[in-house]
Amino acid sequence: MTTTTASTGAPRALRRLDSGQLLLICVAGLLAVAGIAHTAATGLLSPEIAIGFGALIAAGELARLTMPGNREVAPIGAAAALGYTLLLDMGNVPARHPALQVIAVLAVGMAAGALPHLAVGRPPRLDAMARRLFTGALLALAYRPLAGPLFERAKGPEGDWWPALGVMALLIAAMVLVDVVLAAVLRAEQVRAAFGVAVQDELRMAAPLWAAVAASGILLALASHSMGMAALLVFAAPLLVTQVAFRKYAGIRATYLQTVRALARVTEVGGYVEPGHSHRVSRLAVAIGRELGMAEPELLDLEYAALMHDIGQLSLRDPIPGGATVLTEPAQARRIAELGAEVIRQTGVLDRVAEIVRRQCDTCSETPPPASRVIKAANAYDDLVGGSTDRDRAGAALERLRLGAGKEYDPAVVEAMTSVIDRLASLQRL
Amino acid sequence: MAALRGLPWFAKVYLTAVIGVACALLGYSVMASDRLGWLGWSNLLVLALLFLVCESVPTLLNVKQAAVSVSFSAALAAVVLVGPEGAALVGMTAVLSVRPGLPLVKRLFNGAQFAICGYTAGWVYESLGGTARLPDIAGFDALIVPFAGAAAVFVPLNFVLIALVLVLTGQADQVPLRGLAQFLVSYLGYATFGLLIAGLWATVNSISAVLVLLPLFVARWAFGQYLAQQRSYDATIAALCQAVETKDYYTRGHCTRVSLASGMIAQEIGMGSERLRAIRYAGMLHDVGKLGVPTKVLQKEGPLTEEEFAAIQLHPMRGLEIVRGIDFLDEAFAGIMHHHERQDGKGYPMGLAGDEIPEFARIIAVADAFDSMTSDRSYRGARPVEVAMTELRKGAGTQFDPEMVTAFIKAVDREGWKAPRKVVAPPADTAETTAKDHDDPTTPIQVVPER
Repeated sequence: MTTTTASTGAPRALRRLDSGQLLLICVAGLLAVAGIAHTAATGLLSPEIAIGFGALIAAGELARLTMPGNREVAPIGAAAALGYTLLLDMGNVPARHPALQVIAVLAVGMAAGALPHLAVGRPPRLDAMARRLFTGALLALAYRPLAGPLFERAKGPEGDWWPALGVMALLIAAMVLVDVVLAAVLRAEQVRAAFGVAVQDELRMAAPLWAAVAASGILLALASHSMGMAALLVFAAPLLVTQVAFRKYAGIRATYLQTVRALARVTEVGGYVEPGHSHRVSRLAVAIGRELGMAEPELLDLEYAALMHDIGQLSLRDPIPGGATVLTEPAQARRIAELGAEVIRQTGVLDRVAEIVRRQCDTCSETPPPASRVIKAANAYDDLVGGSTDRDRAGAALERLRLGAGKEYDPAVVEAMTSVIDRLASLQRL
Repeated sequence: MAALRGLPWFAKVYLTAVIGVACALLGYSVMASDRLGWLGWSNLLVLALLFLVCESVPTLLNVKQAAVSVSFSAALAAVVLVGPEGAALVGMTAVLSVRPGLPLVKRLFNGAQFAICGYTAGWVYESLGGTARLPDIAGFDALIVPFAGAAAVFVPLNFVLIALVLVLTGQADQVPLRGLAQFLVSYLGYATFGLLIAGLWATVNSISAVLVLLPLFVARWAFGQYLAQQRSYDATIAALCQAVETKDYYTRGHCTRVSLASGMIAQEIGMGSERLRAIRYAGMLHDVGKLGVPTKVLQKEGPLTEEEFAAIQLHPMRGLEIVRGIDFLDEAFAGIMHHHERQDGKGYPMGLAGDEIPEFARIIAVADAFDSMTSDRSYRGARPVEVAMTELRKGAGTQFDPEMVTAFIKAVDREGWKAPRKVVAPPADTAETTAKDHDDPTTPIQVVPER
């Protein structure tokens, strides 16, 4: 939940960042400055390797993509950064670049890759970039001092690569963990999710992508041993396939949500419900769900169900005046819920959503699923308050829901809703 | 072998021949296996395991029968590391693949064809001067030419063997020949990964295979997720559009049929796959704005007033307003917005004429009118497909784009058209019916001009 103040330009971008993000950006910025300054003072070691990897990092940054949940990732850039960090030798010539040079190459490469995006008016998510730089820098600082000794053991025909491989895997695992925790902390702060749930969500999203990135990064470092710079070109290939697949996946996920959001509005266009009703109910429901500690897949089901909770009205002969289902007789409301669930079940894939919609009118004693309880309460609140921001009206509506708590509404849901609405109100006052 | 029954005799002969040849090769390989030392056997085991894992989790292409998997990479790496005999043995393990529901004959055939391909590729590899052993670090460049030869034989041979069995068992028309080029390119891509596995084997052994294949597996997992979401999405959008239509008893299924017909036209005029998907969605969503038209206007008997007609004319804009938040191609929006424009400029909402009308809109207009004519309406029965075609031809040039009409007629002549089932007139009080259909070109809506 962020404020959507109407100011423009840089101040607005800054205002959207909360303290944790700002701190991270500052640290990453300091690291970048230190790296670049150090490299400028001591000179670039083996510049052609630095330029090659830097170019790959820039290309990866250029091809960054947004995963579901508005998570910006740059798998190719991350793998290239890993490869450069882990590099032991290039065609049997040991690589001696220090950690600060890695940070400098990372920073410059990322900036170069972000520039074209900036030029067409798509500013990067500063916090996401800072996180990528920060975790990359951590790994470099931990690993580069070990690179020399590890190569000593590995080189030669009798060389043993296993220690190097083990250290790489261990440090990368540690880095991924730091990255996930960092992402979870930021997310928990940003959308008010519970920290434990946020960690799980981030892990679920990051695990497959990081597996691919880590494998490619290690491969890049090892292949440079026997193939030289050609490894850079060839090893982008498997990762490119991964990137394409993830981009397609992210694309369809986004379109899916947009489509359900759009089509949920047909009830408004048809005059069945107040304009904006489905959108407001879904936003409130998701906020409550988060407050109750629901994980992301559950939240997605909740959001779909909340958007489509009135779709059953389409099967009615005539719109109910105002569409306010909290004021209609229970039998009628139940029928709408059944009809709506029937429509959603037709998809053959959204069975959980259909079940949530079907039981949205159940009272507490019928033990409906948690998502149905959330929708029941959010729907009732919006029917009473509508789009109004009047605090008295909101207070009266909450009071009415509280009276029904334990019987009509789940007390935990009403409590969560109260704190969500209080928070929203305090934001609006600002 | 029960599964062989029911196949034509030449298919049986072919299957038996392939399996027989493979068995002969295998027997020969085992006899000649003194070429493999202890190191060879351990590598062989690891490779066979790898191959089996890859083979057991294939991606399904559009064809259910022919599954493609990254096992190619493992098989080709085996060519380099353990020679033709080893490659044949590795390929044969496909018999043991743990894919559920695979009949024994298919397993045997799969194993046999992989064994043959592996042996042939190995033979080519050695003929071109490659030696089957652990490549040393300096010798990477010398690998490339023989390996390219081996891959160039393996991939097409594999394709031919599989295509033949599909042709012989009468499933050939299901093989998407259009995608052949893409098919071969991805195979060759897998072949490159095989080279990388082999080239890195000397450094970190079997870990090289894991490192190369892990990103690919992740990619495939993501791609599978993408396909699942895609299917789910298509089902959802169809169900929601149908929900919008339940309002009118007679137009049920209209959106899916218009989507289908629009897709047929688009395919006929050679649209690319992305635009094809877009027009299918546009066809599906073209009438969502109709919900904004008051029911009493649609139910009114007799001519409409200008005001009422204006309400109908507004529905493309309403539809656009609803779907505008979706990340479709802009063309899809244009198609929804202008699907009631006419070639002579007398359509709505903007009165565009001829080529000013976006291509998507010209396609949807034909599909829309055709489905309206071939479906039952409260005021008339469904017209036969031929009659509707004649109407379309009559309207070509004035209402419809002649190019699209021709394309549609061609497509229907070839693929046929499944007209909707006869609609039984509903009891008056249970469902909504309308007295007019704005899509029907044979019964245009009558408007009384207001003085």
